[in-house]
Amino acid sequence: MYGIRPRQKVTQADWNGYMAQRAQETGNSAIQQFFGTPLPDPDTPISEVPMVALDMETTGLDERRHAIVSIGLVPFTLNRIKLAERRYWVVNPSRPLAEASITYHHITHSEIAQAPDLDEILDELLAQLAGRLVVVHFRNIERPFLDAAVNARRGEGVLFPMIDTMSLEARLHRQTLWARFRRWLGRPPVSIRLHASRERYGLPIYQGHHALVDALATAELLQAQIATHYRPETPLKDIWC
Amino acid sequence: MDVELLEIRQHMGRFPPFDGLSDDLLDAIAEQVEVSYFKTGSSILTLNEMLNDLCYIRSGAVEVYRSQGELYNRLGEGDIFGHFSLLRNHKVRFPAQAIEDTLIYFIPKAVFLRLCEEDDHFADFVELERPRLESAAEQQKKSNDMMVTRIRKLLTRYPVMVETSTSVQLAAQQMSEAQASALLVLKEGSDNPRYSFKDSEGQTWQMCGILTDSDFRTRVVAEGLSPQTPVGEVISSRLITIQSDASVYEAMLTMLRSNVHHLPVLYRQRPVGVVHLSDIIRYETHSGLYLVSNIFNQSSAEGLARLAPDVRAAFVRMVQEDANSQMVGSALSTIGRSFTQRLLEMAEAELGPPPVPYCFMVNGSMARNEQSIVTDQDNALILSDKFNPEEHDDYFYALAKIVSDGLDACGYTYCKGDVMATNVQWRQPLSVWKGYFQDWMANPTPERLLHSSIFFDLDSCYGEDLYVETLQDLIAETAPKSPLFLAAMARNALNRTPPLGFFRTFVMEQDGKHNNSINLKRRGTAPMVDLVRIHALACGSKAQNSFQRLNDISKTQLLATGMSDKLSYAFEFLCMSRIRHQMIDLQEDRLPDNNIEPENVADSERHTLKDAFQVLSNAQKFLKFRYPMPAKRQGR
Repeated sequence: MYGIRPRQKVTQADWNGYMAQRAQETGNSAIQQFFGTPLPDPDTPISEVPMVALDMETTGLDERRHAIVSIGLVPFTLNRIKLAERRYWVVNPSRPLAEASITYHHITHSEIAQAPDLDEILDELLAQLAGRLVVVHFRNIERPFLDAAVNARRGEGVLFPMIDTMSLEARLHRQTLWARFRRWLGRPPVSIRLHASRERYGLPIYQGHHALVDALATAELLQAQIATHYRPETPLKDIWC
Repeated sequence: MDVELLEIRQHMGRFPPFDGLSDDLLDAIAEQVEVSYFKTGSSILTLNEMLNDLCYIRSGAVEVYRSQGELYNRLGEGDIFGHFSLLRNHKVRFPAQAIEDTLIYFIPKAVFLRLCEEDDHFADFVELERPRLESAAEQQKKSNDMMVTRIRKLLTRYPVMVETSTSVQLAAQQMSEAQASALLVLKEGSDNPRYSFKDSEGQTWQMCGILTDSDFRTRVVAEGLSPQTPVGEVISSRLITIQSDASVYEAMLTMLRSNVHHLPVLYRQRPVGVVHLSDIIRYETHSGLYLVSNIFNQSSAEGLARLAPDVRAAFVRMVQEDANSQMVGSALSTIGRSFTQRLLEMAEAELGPPPVPYCFMVNGSMARNEQSIVTDQDNALILSDKFNPEEHDDYFYALAKIVSDGLDACGYTYCKGDVMATNVQWRQPLSVWKGYFQDWMANPTPERLLHSSIFFDLDSCYGEDLYVETLQDLIAETAPKSPLFLAAMARNALNRTPPLGFFRTFVMEQDGKHNNSINLKRRGTAPMVDLVRIHALACGSKAQNSFQRLNDISKTQLLATGMSDKLSYAFEFLCMSRIRHQMIDLQEDRLPDNNIEPENVADSERHTLKDAFQVLSNAQKFLKFRYPMPAKRQGR
């Protein structure tokens, strides 16, 4: 639906081992700090996992040609989403901004002209993510874009486990017997985009396409998904990817 | 302001009490909010847990319970809960549960306390029951003082003003152009600070006189003065003015006292208009006073019936001018009594003088001076003990018939319970009436009293006032000593209970069921009147009006301190809601009734109504406890 190119599937059987290894090998202090902060054990109940909802707006869908324009994040737990601790940055993509994406994101040329390069905020961003489980809606944007952007600036990328609310929706609506039956009947697949997914849980409609509002919307969606289809005791390993 | 928080702050800004907050305070809330999702059926607040936030429903629906598990309230989008506990010991007193999938915004205690501190409206709102009702009633009182309408309301334009040196001809031309019947004369400079003011350019002026149409006749033409005479030479030095915030009534008095038809109206020292006697008369014609005198000028029942639209117009006008329920109630009762009195005068003119003295008694809302625009007639005849049915009853039946039919034609429909003087049972000599009341009080059963409680609101409308006073004295003396009677009345008063409140576009009943509309008389004002009547009877009050009764009750130990004030506020608010909705009906050309539809109830009104229902409900529970039905009849 996004018309993006197929990517290699990123899966790590042993995320904690991978991260410990990266912490050893890296030559960059911010990256070392990031990987050096241990994540919760895969068996930790989801209710005890500190999380952070992350959303990015980009100039397009291909991390090789497009760049990050804004980043929003909101720390949260299964109990509470802490808006007071929210962070939001506009960054200079140093690549031309298509007119279409301006109207889409409501971010103007002048805002971007004054914005810093991602490199300037990267240490702060990584510090916010460290030790928290990152939650996104559709990891195939956030994961490759962040990896590519860090790689371009620090000579090495960052990969880490995520909870993807869209793939949780896909498990429910795309991979079930019922979903296959619908497909067989020729029915359109259930939409698993952020807004459509939220609607199914009775969550209110937010004005979309602002990185921070979408991060908040994603955090709320995860709370709703866990409350509806999982339990507070569900171990992290059942949900992350 | 962070644009990303706009979403949150805009949503809150639509709902009370946040709708009255400054933008700065709204921002302060939005950025501190914490969010959580609750699945249908999950608990949001549990009894006695520590509470550190105010809860705001962003979407979904929540039920709040009393500690015993009884439903307290059902809330929807934009409602808040938890403030009760936050203001006290921070332990949850009213547990809450999501009854739909719900998103809650938690507002931290520190922010909540800051809001209470910095915004009085917010503080009033979150304080439970009494303060909110009180402030609603007080607001009404404040606007009541304004009910004595300010004279500035009658001004429609600025005064025509000329300088003293202007010729009378030019001045006359200016008046004609402006179609004004008077102009004000000014001079530069100041020797009388009372009338000196600065114009927008900083120039000091002083008003030194007024020139009216009739002045041109008497002072200019009749004196044979030249058209070039400066106006300064013809004005009188006597200047009578009034301040713009004086009442219409004061303006009228000033005109009468000084024998002038024009009054310059000043805002401090600056002239802002001229009011003419005809403006006041025009104003008066719309008000109740004019209506009453018009009633007495009618010579036929048909003529009276034609005044019905005027009654409605007077009602709408009073409500628009922020009259409180007591003013509306007593004005409408006065009008109703005037109709009755005029009909009696006509009946006597037709039938001849009465063979024995009588008193025409009114009951129910007219006796209480609490009449509304939707009302039926409740009346009775108390005849002299010299009354002899064979000889005299034809006369009184005919009299009663003329009045009753006439009232029906004027919009006071026949009483469904047949409480009318046309019913022979209610057309009896005083001694029989005394027997009725003694019997009701001595041998009460709830069933017997069901239809006679209306007689315990009684007042004289016409004729021998003493007869009704005799009955009022009898009741005041006997009722306090009749526990069985009070218990039976109390039992009946509990037949009609208020709903719990509103939920979205529904009325919510105590058992959680939904209704589309609510009869505010049956479910609000009438049970309140019943309740107040019982306490009034118990303390031997002779007052008929519910507010006066509450005042009498407050001087006794019958109710806890402050309780009668609380009931007054609640009653006032219930009456006003009913009145406002009747006005809306009239304005939209519908037949007014006692129903209100939740979709026509503003958010702030909902909250206050709910509080009023709560006060009523609690007072009803107390009634049961205060006037218990004795287990067996007491020895006689």
